Amino acid sequence: MELGPYLILGLLEGLVTAAVLSLMALGLSLVFGVMRVVNVAHGEFFMVGAVLAWIIANAVDSHPAVNFLAALLLAPPATALLAAIADRLVLKRVAYDPERTIVATIGLLYIIQQVTLMTYGPDARPVEAPFNHRLSIPFVEWTESGMALYWPWGLGTTSYKLAVIGAAVLLLGAIWLLMTRTRIGLVMRATQLDSEMARAFAVPVDRVYAAVFGLGAGLAALAGVLIVPIQQAHYLMGHDPLLLSFIVVIIGGLGSLPGTVVAALLIGISDGMISVFFTPTLAKIIATLGVAFVLIFRPQGLFGRKGL
Amino acid sequence: MLNVENLSSGYGDIRVLHDVSFTVEGGEIVCLLGRNGAGKTTCLKTIMGLLRARSGSVTCGDVEVSRLPANEVPRHGIGYIPQGRRLFAELTVAENLEIGLMVRGKGRETRDRVLEMFPRLGERLNQRADTLSGGEQQMLATGRALCIEPSVLLLDEPTEGLQPSMIEQIRQAVTALRDRGVAILLVEQRVDAVLSIANRVVFLENGRSHPAIDAGELKTNPNLLHRFIGV
Repeated sequence: MELGPYLILGLLEGLVTAAVLSLMALGLSLVFGVMRVVNVAHGEFFMVGAVLAWIIANAVDSHPAVNFLAALLLAPPATALLAAIADRLVLKRVAYDPERTIVATIGLLYIIQQVTLMTYGPDARPVEAPFNHRLSIPFVEWTESGMALYWPWGLGTTSYKLAVIGAAVLLLGAIWLLMTRTRIGLVMRATQLDSEMARAFAVPVDRVYAAVFGLGAGLAALAGVLIVPIQQAHYLMGHDPLLLSFIVVIIGGLGSLPGTVVAALLIGISDGMISVFFTPTLAKIIATLGVAFVLIFRPQGLFGRKGL
Repeated sequence: MLNVENLSSGYGDIRVLHDVSFTVEGGEIVCLLGRNGAGKTTCLKTIMGLLRARSGSVTCGDVEVSRLPANEVPRHGIGYIPQGRRLFAELTVAENLEIGLMVRGKGRETRDRVLEMFPRLGERLNQRADTLSGGEQQMLATGRALCIEPSVLLLDEPTEGLQPSMIEQIRQAVTALRDRGVAILLVEQRVDAVLSIANRVVFLENGRSHPAIDAGELKTNPNLLHRFIGV
């Protein structure tokens, strides 16, 4: 196979990674942006989403599409509720102090992980995709009679992977509309900019924080549900996405939503490309190096504001 | 209208206000005067519930607001224009006003009245607050508080850093609100501005209040100003 088809394959795999990563990193970025909380347990909400998807799909036990739809509708709100309760029981009690919330969310990480291990077990378990047609992708070649299409061996994807990319685009658009066109979004942005003045204008900041923490966790869980037909649900599956999400929000700029999406695309596509041509480990090494360079030359990130 | 009684508060272990008491009636401007660090801003923040009162009470009408969470206080008609304006910098003029309108569910009529008072805001509705001039930002901070349709308005140094023409515009707006029956508590450093519009003056000295003095009496007895604020 020529280089071109490999590039397309890498781009497609990278877009799937970027789609899932952008949802997850957006949640992390929202929580930091509005609450100034670095949520180390964010990867566990991703894992809880995937594990709940498996539990729900097995409980429904119907057609794969019905099972998956039930998981997609129930797992993210359930995870969001769990996060909102954690906010009230833990983060509120440490008064959202930046240092203490880091320690508190590390504690949450281990509690969620160990409870999952004790109940769900150590096995990796799959959820069947609602649809999973193999799609071959054509490429162009020059023949004596001109340009012609051909189907290189190995160049293809699945309808489910394309659906994940489409779903992420729709969800990101929905979050953008929520933040910019609704009163809830206006209240969240006002709280992000000046929580004390938001209080002076009747914004129930504590409830906004619980909602934002829930929304952030819900987005991570959504990413977990979308990925579980591609990867299997496992109690340690939150680690890598957490690392990549931190890389994305640091490169994009902490608290910047457009920055998060652009950085997710950069990291996701480079991850896909480098994984296809070299190894996934090299992709992560390069992403981590990227963070180091951003921290040295542009500590506020590509789209972030100075002083954050 | 606003009754502050034996109010004490502070930051952490430091107590700033000690048994502060005064009242502000509807249609009256009461000015809090005092040296830097006397506790003027702390007093306004405590009235708004942004700092917890350690003892004493703040009553607005029949409601003891000092027992309420901070976000409930403005719903009882207390508007706040903080020192330095504290606008939501990245929100537009329209969005800043919307935040004010949401407090008591006010709508387009209220917004139109505010824009009538400050027509320049109407020309900049889609502009970000942090791109406005200092004077326009003060108009927006005032307009945002007026969107609550307050019965009590707290202003913390509203003329700070403004050019004379803008100060006059703010002065006219404040007196117009007083004439409409709003109770106004004003913190201001510029004594000439205070004496021109205040009905009564309350001096704060090291976090303690002195009984209110009629503003007319201060004009005839400048020794009092010298004693409390050194001018």
